[in-house]
Amino acid sequence: MVHTWSSLISTLFLLLLCITGLPLIFHHEIDELLGYDPKPEIAQPGAVKRSIDEIARTALAHDPGRVLQYISWDKDEPNNVIAFTNSKVDGDPDAATLRAYDAHTAKPLGPVGGGPMLIFLKLHVDMFAGQPGKLFLGAMGFLFLVAIVSGVVLYWPFTRRLKFGTLRDKSRRIAWFDWHNLLGAVTIAWALVVGATGVINTLAEVMLGQWKANELADMVKPYAGKPPPVHLASLDTTLANAHKTAPGMNVSFVAFPGTPFTSSHHFAVFMRGDTPLTSRLLKPVLLDGETGEVSDARDLPVYLKALLVSQPLHFGDYGGMPLKIIWALLDVMTIVVIGSGLYLWIVKRRKHRSHAIAKQPSLQPAR
Amino acid sequence: MTDARKPRSSGNWLMVYGGPLLIGALSIAGLTSALLYEGLGRYFSWLALGAPIALTAWFYVRRMRHHF
Repeated sequence: MVHTWSSLISTLFLLLLCITGLPLIFHHEIDELLGYDPKPEIAQPGAVKRSIDEIARTALAHDPGRVLQYISWDKDEPNNVIAFTNSKVDGDPDAATLRAYDAHTAKPLGPVGGGPMLIFLKLHVDMFAGQPGKLFLGAMGFLFLVAIVSGVVLYWPFTRRLKFGTLRDKSRRIAWFDWHNLLGAVTIAWALVVGATGVINTLAEVMLGQWKANELADMVKPYAGKPPPVHLASLDTTLANAHKTAPGMNVSFVAFPGTPFTSSHHFAVFMRGDTPLTSRLLKPVLLDGETGEVSDARDLPVYLKALLVSQPLHFGDYGGMPLKIIWALLDVMTIVVIGSGLYLWIVKRRKHRSHAIAKQPSLQPAR
Repeated sequence: MTDARKPRSSGNWLMVYGGPLLIGALSIAGLTSALLYEGLGRYFSWLALGAPIALTAWFYVRRMRHHF
């Protein structure tokens, strides 16, 4: 009962998630192919990187009337400096414009993201329904986890007389039943991890709000009541100070004062390490928006670290192309599990209606 | 499982859950290894997470061979 209903309610949305998730595994490659992932020019040997202040000015001149929200550095393409501009510092994330600039020449390289993959991403993340849509998909993901766990419990009575890997073809129903069991059984750990990390990701905004209300509020207490900065400090000074505070780490992105990732008084520079794990575990350094001096630097709380570590485990983007292909195949196997589950339910219902269930005892639990 | 069923049970839990449990443990090891170790961890993750796919393919081929 639990297995049937938790699956049925979520089936349609899980199919949507699995199908839109499939191209998203290759998001980066597809964007590159379609020209939404600009590449920096090849730098002359010994070329000096331009000042970030200059790149910031170039970005603002490119999009007049807008303000900078973030500047980020691609981990794999450190010569791409990506500027996020928006109508205001706390503007709608969907209204942000992302453009890449060459770190050595400050030349604009083109827009980042957008295109058809953005549609898949929006469908996958919130079905174009904002935060409610995101939380709804989180709930569907939770039902998916319930369906998996209840499936494990049901697995015993249904398969205890069968050898692992049995694929019968007595009837179409039995064949799909065996496929459902086999594919479900071998993908279970992967599906649980991808499902659970997906659910965690739907809570990102909630967690960020929690961090801002507690840890961040505590860090910026000395600034309470002060007006927001009028003249922003030099970005180069700010970034140099952040580097001194977190030696050996690189800048992932800098959030401008007033954006959702910092206070209205501070630049927040998020630093990352260089291993697959530490590159995800960001460390924020808060710097005074007017002077660029370090105000505070604390590790993120456990729940945000969990969120950051859960992301690669959901995306499958941390083990090269072979891992992405494996991710895609496991996703297809999950689609078959969901589809065959739906098929089995429809067939069973039809059988119930025609009162012929007694003639088909083969899919009853083994006694 | 209910007590009523137990005495009649001829199923062995290891036979039923053994295979999936092994594949599951291998998957978890693969998922973490690539996250923790860049070089070898990555290669191991390909093997460990490729195992469920390879096993499924093997079961499928075995059944096909059985038929023809």
